[in-house]
Amino acid sequence: MDTHALAWPKEGNSRVPYRVFSDEGIYRAELDRVFLGPTWQFLALENELPNPGDYKTTFLGETPIVVTRGEDGQLHALVNRCAHRGNLVCLKRQGNADLLTCVYHSWSYDLEGNLKSVAFRRGIAGKGGMPDDFRMEDHGLQKLRTDHFAGLVFGTLSPETPPLAEYIGNMVGGRVGRVLYGKPKVLGTTSQILHNNWKLYLENVRDTYHASLLHTFFTTFRVARLTNGGGVLIAENGRAHASYTRTKDETVGREGSDQLYAGIQSQRAGLHLEDTRLLQQVSEFGDDITVQILSVFPNFVLQQVNNSIALRLVLPKGPDKTELQWTFLGFEEDDAALQELRLLQSNLVGPAGYVSMEDGAVGGFVQRAIAGAEQQTSVVEMGGYDHVSEETRTTEASIRGFWQAYRPLMGYA
Amino acid sequence: MTLEEVARRLELESLYADYAHCLDDDRLEQWPDFFVEDAYYRITSAENFEAGLPLGLVYLTSRAMLVDRVMALRKANIYEPQRYRHQIGAIKIAGDSGAGLDVVASLVVVRTMQDGEMILFAAGRYVDRLVRSGDSWKFARKDVVLDSRQIDTLLAMPL
Ligand code: FES
Ligand SMILES: [Fe+2]
Repeated sequence: MDTHALAWPKEGNSRVPYRVFSDEGIYRAELDRVFLGPTWQFLALENELPNPGDYKTTFLGETPIVVTRGEDGQLHALVNRCAHRGNLVCLKRQGNADLLTCVYHSWSYDLEGNLKSVAFRRGIAGKGGMPDDFRMEDHGLQKLRTDHFAGLVFGTLSPETPPLAEYIGNMVGGRVGRVLYGKPKVLGTTSQILHNNWKLYLENVRDTYHASLLHTFFTTFRVARLTNGGGVLIAENGRAHASYTRTKDETVGREGSDQLYAGIQSQRAGLHLEDTRLLQQVSEFGDDITVQILSVFPNFVLQQVNNSIALRLVLPKGPDKTELQWTFLGFEEDDAALQELRLLQSNLVGPAGYVSMEDGAVGGFVQRAIAGAEQQTSVVEMGGYDHVSEETRTTEASIRGFWQAYRPLMGYA
Repeated sequence: MTLEEVARRLELESLYADYAHCLDDDRLEQWPDFFVEDAYYRITSAENFEAGLPLGLVYLTSRAMLVDRVMALRKANIYEPQRYRHQIGAIKIAGDSGAGLDVVASLVVVRTMQDGEMILFAAGRYVDRLVRSGDSWKFARKDVVLDSRQIDTLLAMPL
């Protein structure tokens, strides 16, 4: 029996059944159809594993992956599951090794995942051992396809996934390149456990409407408001989006903006910062965009908030549990002052961030509230019913774009 | 231990006890007073710390920024009512340069939510630099180095 079957509401992407955020059968189907299906998922930065033998582990959905730098100097991505009886091959999060050797029975693989040795393959004194027709070349680690874009390496297990550049599309692809203009340098990483379904976080990322309403700090200190110029770019197939805020200039003037936000909890008069260094922005991207949030379906996010740059990877850990991994970046080209500014602005985002703290909690609030509401739907009608690019962020168009990308994979016509 | 060393230990014990109770009693407005004017305060993971990576989950480079952090928690940020309970111990003087003390201490934080749910929220160590200020010690640097890289939901109040 197909346990993930669902009749999508006739209204299309402007209605989302709450069941998709809590149902175990749907979650299991997503691991297979979305995460092991024809989608690209972020694996590593191109320059992250500099030496042959360097490796790190990550996931495609819940499937464990190891990314290696081979003797050939190339990055390889492999399922981190022994071809013998399924043990984890690489146990450490990162390391360096000449061979990937499984601890269970000592089968060894080279850095490209080819099986190189089987302990006691010939048995002992003519007894035991593997059958004569056992072919080493048939029992390597499962290999992923990889592709790279602007210094980012993505992987997929499906032969059908189109080339990465085509998958992201030119429109949003240009916005990736806009931010990642230098040689990335990792400033540090962190991770957050969210008590909500992974898609609730992706909806939040694509939700251009909420930021200056939920996040008081954003609005009060004018980091970004809906009344600043800006808009959202959405790929036709919904896979990629980029929202942007343009300058701190108010399209309706400062007073006009204050009037529009009057009575909204997120605007607090009379607050001020003793030390305003973290609100400064150095112009580095060659335009007047102050905030750009970008996603690539299913689970990759690239953020620019002033001069803070971070990659976010959204990993499903169960129907109601998600790990949000953050990698904060600068560039090798940065001078000390710019790096310091990026570090100060990291206070805005991440698990303790002035503007993103609420995002860690709000998905959990929704998850709690939809218990027992499996037959009901959310209303995603801000800005209409479609998912086209717009010169406004007062819209939920890019959330509808997410569902546009999701539904065909799941068979939810 | 000389009498002077015993006195110093007691001073440090009471400083860290005051620090823990200040936070756990929700007297956050007094928290910046434990620091010097140009203080450095960072919360990071052992993984970042040991790799020499500069990122902080919280990264503050002046006492004024600590004041701002408290203001934001009180007036701007939205999070469910919750309590942290700090257990600070194993205070060790790692160095004494004459100009200041390098101190490391262990910490464990239990978080209790409004419905009573409790979790072990954080474990780690303080890597601190203390300087004399009148007849007390103040923090010139405080690295809160958490053993785990994961934070459950969000990190609001100071550690
Ligand atoms: S499971 Fe890996 S060698 Fe047996
Ligand atoms: Fe948000």
